[in-house]
Amino acid sequence: MITKKDYDAMLIERHGQQVFDTLAKAHVGIAGLGGLGSNIAMMLARSGVGHLLLIDFDRVEPSNLNRQHYMVSHLGIPKSEALKDLILQANPFIHLDTRCMRITGENAPKLFKDCDLVCEAFDKPEAKAELVNSLLENCPGLPILSGSGMAGYGSSNTIRTEKVMKNLYLCGDRVSDIESVGTLMAPRVQICAAHEANMALRLLLGITEV
Amino acid sequence: MKVNGEIVTLTEPVSLKEFLEKSGYSTGRIAVERNGDIVPKQTYDAIMLTEADTLEIVHFVGGG
Repeated sequence: MITKKDYDAMLIERHGQQVFDTLAKAHVGIAGLGGLGSNIAMMLARSGVGHLLLIDFDRVEPSNLNRQHYMVSHLGIPKSEALKDLILQANPFIHLDTRCMRITGENAPKLFKDCDLVCEAFDKPEAKAELVNSLLENCPGLPILSGSGMAGYGSSNTIRTEKVMKNLYLCGDRVSDIESVGTLMAPRVQICAAHEANMALRLLLGITEV
Repeated sequence: MKVNGEIVTLTEPVSLKEFLEKSGYSTGRIAVERNGDIVPKQTYDAIMLTEADTLEIVHFVGGG
């Protein structure tokens, strides 16, 4: 077993005291815990982000196993619970607030009001647009990171991070959708998730350029 | 007018809603920033565009 003191010492040795302290007090919201959200959450937890709010209404099913972080043992249980199980194996000392519920444009501002930033990690384009519009309208100053365009197995190098609006950062190739490409595969979904996670870390550490 | 960094010339008075529809955007899948501020969806119809406007239109695609 590892103690909190040992775990913190490991992170401080890696990151330095200042980065450790900043990340440890950070609150990040993740909306949707599928291919993007489950991977973003794991990366931020391993990086030492202190508080994660994880929300998804869905349960783990076999079609998730090709790209989402879940295991066969999680089939049938809520993604929020499965992800909690996985994260605590990698970082037992993180503060997790997990909710199994549907996020709407209406409830999103209240759900995410205490977050330093929010990662949009939905699947459907209408849901992405509804969440992003709601947060940009109702939560001035709250940075939003969104994923758009990561289907298929096209070049890794077309996936990028762009600051497209005052408080909106977009990660993806912006065109490859499930409807036209027909498939979602682990590598490009995880590349896109990593773009969101890295931009989240940069923003938390005070860097706003992409 | 500037749209996503490109110069667009307006030939007739047009609302934001009409402009988006004519440009082929599906309004349920986008977010629009006008002159640095997010535009609430229920106001698309009431906003008349001018040559001085700068629009950023983000179109979301599925998958995640």
